[in-house]
Amino acid sequence: MNPVVRGVVGRIGAYTAVCTLVVFFALPLLWLVLTPFTKNPTYSVRFSTPTLGNFAKLAENPQVWPSIRNSILLAGGSSLLVIGLAALAAYALSRVRVPGRDQLLYALLLLSSIVTGTAAMVPIFLMLFQLNLIDRHTGVILVLTGGLLPAAVFMLKDFVDGIPRSYEESARVFGAKPLQILGHVVLPVIRPGMATVGVWALVQVWGNFLVPYVLLANPSKQPAAVVMYTFYDAGGQPDFALISTFALVYSIPVVLLYLVVNRRYGFSFQGGIKG
Amino acid sequence: MPTASPAAEPRPGTDARPPDVGAPAPARTARQDQDVAGLGRGRALGFVAPALVVIGIFLVFPAIWTIYLGLLDYSLSGSGAKEPVFVGLGNYVEALGDPGFHRSLYLTLLYVGGSAVIGQNILGFLLAWYLRSAHRFVRPALTILVLLAWILPGSVVAFLWQALLDRRAGTLNAILDTSGQAWVLDHPMLVIVIFNIWRGAAFSMLLYSAALNTVPRSHLEVARMSGARGWQQLRDVVLPTVKRHVLTNTLLITLWTFNDFSPYLLTGGGPNGASEILPVYIYREAIIGGDLGYGSAISLLLLLANLVIAVFYLRVLRTKKEDAA
Amino acid sequence: MRPSRPSRAAVLGIAAATLLTGCVGAKDSGPAADPDANADAKNVTLVISANDIKGGKNAAEAAWIEDTVIPAFVEQQKAKGVTADVTFNGAGVEDEQYKTKLELNLRTGSGSDVFAADGIWLGELAAAGYVQPLDDVVGEAAAGWDGWSQISESVQQNMSFKGERYGIPNGTDGRVLYLNKTLLEKAGLPADWQPTSWEDVLTAGRALKKLDGVTPIQINAGVPMGEATTAQGFLPLLAGTGSPLYDEAAGTWQGATPGVTDVLGFYRTVYGEGLGDPRMQQDKAGRDQSFAEFAEGRIGILAEGDYFWRSVICPSEDDCGATSMPDRDEVVGWAKIPAKTPGAGVDGQDFVSVSGGAGWMISPKTQYPQQAWELMAFMASAEMQTALSEAQIRISARNDVNAETLADDPLLSFISEEVLPITTYRPSDEKYNEVSLAIQQATADVVGGAAPDEAARTYQRSLEKAVGADRVAGG
Repeated sequence: MNPVVRGVVGRIGAYTAVCTLVVFFALPLLWLVLTPFTKNPTYSVRFSTPTLGNFAKLAENPQVWPSIRNSILLAGGSSLLVIGLAALAAYALSRVRVPGRDQLLYALLLLSSIVTGTAAMVPIFLMLFQLNLIDRHTGVILVLTGGLLPAAVFMLKDFVDGIPRSYEESARVFGAKPLQILGHVVLPVIRPGMATVGVWALVQVWGNFLVPYVLLANPSKQPAAVVMYTFYDAGGQPDFALISTFALVYSIPVVLLYLVVNRRYGFSFQGGIKG
Repeated sequence: MPTASPAAEPRPGTDARPPDVGAPAPARTARQDQDVAGLGRGRALGFVAPALVVIGIFLVFPAIWTIYLGLLDYSLSGSGAKEPVFVGLGNYVEALGDPGFHRSLYLTLLYVGGSAVIGQNILGFLLAWYLRSAHRFVRPALTILVLLAWILPGSVVAFLWQALLDRRAGTLNAILDTSGQAWVLDHPMLVIVIFNIWRGAAFSMLLYSAALNTVPRSHLEVARMSGARGWQQLRDVVLPTVKRHVLTNTLLITLWTFNDFSPYLLTGGGPNGASEILPVYIYREAIIGGDLGYGSAISLLLLLANLVIAVFYLRVLRTKKEDAA
Repeated sequence: MRPSRPSRAAVLGIAAATLLTGCVGAKDSGPAADPDANADAKNVTLVISANDIKGGKNAAEAAWIEDTVIPAFVEQQKAKGVTADVTFNGAGVEDEQYKTKLELNLRTGSGSDVFAADGIWLGELAAAGYVQPLDDVVGEAAAGWDGWSQISESVQQNMSFKGERYGIPNGTDGRVLYLNKTLLEKAGLPADWQPTSWEDVLTAGRALKKLDGVTPIQINAGVPMGEATTAQGFLPLLAGTGSPLYDEAAGTWQGATPGVTDVLGFYRTVYGEGLGDPRMQQDKAGRDQSFAEFAEGRIGILAEGDYFWRSVICPSEDDCGATSMPDRDEVVGWAKIPAKTPGAGVDGQDFVSVSGGAGWMISPKTQYPQQAWELMAFMASAEMQTALSEAQIRISARNDVNAETLADDPLLSFISEEVLPITTYRPSDEKYNEVSLAIQQATADVVGGAAPDEAARTYQRSLEKAVGADRVAGG
């Protein structure tokens, strides 16, 4: 086949693939985009005269704004704690020989799967009760952080392992102190990894229902993911007007955060490589 | 700032070597474990300690407690809460003899294999690779769509898919003109596999994007100048560099998908158990049925299944490495 | 991985866990507080919890607690020189989740002083030692409360376990058959149709089936419907075969008895003949779909509780959303649920029903047992119950309140006057939940095509596993 034809065919194929992907990801989201602006929404996706009535209804709901604030507190706190603790641990584990560290790390990762399951809620609750951490955001943050840390260390260690040792060696040759090396050599290189882990941790906490619901008693401390579950009307039927509108409002902070992080720390690509 | 950017200072001698993995693996070479920044043991311990303390208290302790509950006839209410009886391995014997458990294990393997190991992994990588060079309007749009699927809470996502697949009013039936087709009842496993690919591809995409970003630009330049096309670049330059991330990603998403409860929101494990993967089985036994001891025992079995799979991954990886050598 | 490390860690961990379990047990397994503890306190702190929340699930009740009950109670205490600090911890989640958290709180004594609970949870809560009889926790004041005389014996039973009162009922309900009169008329049935046997229901269903695009009958079945399968479908039918699910005196559950097989046979006929939609019973959102279809006028006969009438198909779009029926009062009729044949029901009845309801209970670990009781009794007073019924029409546990508030609602008065006298309550035994799960599976089996006696045998086996073979009758 001649190269021009091949190029054209390849391009058409690529466009088709991309369009399919866009449709695949967008189709389920259609409901979320249209429903908040529909009067008396149901399961079906409908086009109607747009209304902002659902937003007015949402604004009247007393749970909404405090819950978003709580979500930001819980997700932000856990995410920062996870990044900080995981980055330190990942660096040390990558660079200093600790016997059995890989086995240990993997064992912790496996255990984290138990703790995120429903069966572990009883021990966690009883333990937090003993520690006097029930009904406190701190307790929720610590439990969630504990569950996320092994995977975070696991991911970040890969990024540290990927830094050529020569960087640190040359910095050392030039007389940099260990902490300077970390700040100026290691940190910039693993920043995309930290950003990924941070967004990942944030998303995990942002959507978590069970842990905050069980560990927080006062409804005014509950995050948005818990409040989302309470949007039922008198008959126990889901209140689609509130659910869809709140879902839209609720996802905006995370998308914004992603865009900011992406721009600043660039986990995607600084536009360098074109294939 | 005296930074040494990866692109500026390539040392093929150090980083083109097949990288090691962040999991049980053969001992690294002495060189790789060298404390190049001069951290020292004491400071290294200080770095690891905070994470270990949090993990120890808030993860290891409750996890082991849960495993211990698996040895009891324990429930949250009823007489099993007042005086739990020690049943030893009774819960395990019961689980291993329960056809419902066997079916759930089988369905879980299908679910994990189809949606995570194959689906999310490949789609996530392709997305990451494609988005590097995508058109500047397509890139943010597609990224946000993929991310939205990931960040929306489970309860909302359940409504989205209900709206998509509903028998009477669903969008899919409206588009395909297949009114009355009950996708969730007719193809429950297919639905939850596709659902989870949709839901989770973002993580793989993010991880692979970050990983691809660490591929030294100069390597690609070299490859390009020597006439390598997209696919050859991918195979010869990119894949060797991101291989450890592939393993990490596969390990993580396997583990998470094994414990993924969200299909329950779509199918409720039905119809008649046809999509009752293990986390749903645990939920039905431990929370709806109230048998926490049994649920805890299954949690441990789930963990062991994961362990077997992880060992298998590492074997495969090691074999490949030997082949390459 | 070397096996030594994890197993050593596991042993250490188990040792530590055992130690800690011991600590927890020691800390919170003390006896109930003295009923007279802090009885004369001048400053009282009380917490109420319920599965209600403003702006969400059961919003009317949440608003009632926060805006009516609490201010009035604080005022009342102030008059006595007591400063009461009362807070409401509302939830608004699925009942299973509310129950899980409630149990964790009761276990540690860290939760509320007064809480809402469904009557069918009582057996489990009491067997776990989470709740204790009012006589033990409160004493004299509870036994001598004047409100008991207004609450009928059977409604009190819903909050009693082994002959002792554990709480005050907050309301009750009853199941009937809802009818779409338009469809019935088209099918040639009288507007005031009242079946007197299962066969009548089936005959009507066969007539309705001739209409285009209509599902004749919706009797809840299967696992996704959960407790609605048991309470709205299986139990009313079983009551129509003559004996209740649980024999209180003998302490036995009905296994694969002829009655159970008959009920499963009825399900088989309905769903096997296409008189009902079997797929709706398998769908996660099946119950919601059934509501939507009834509201659209596509279901002829549907068995549900009274809340379907007041909260699902009410005429107001603001209250009932997409399932509201502006023409409800003209289109929707109702009928009592018939026994299998006239006179075949429990106690020889011609018609049967099943009721339930939630109530207020007191935590045995409350610091202020007397004041918590005062609060409960205040919530159950005629004045407060009337306020609640006015906020959201419902059947109160109190006869004096019902006499005043239900007059304007034809269905609720019908249930209160005609159905409650013939109704049955679900057993409050601690095994009820597990039995209910086995029932749901049995109905799922017949809807899926299994023969009734085969499904009954499977049910019998699950039952034996759940409660022990010696507590299963028949089969």
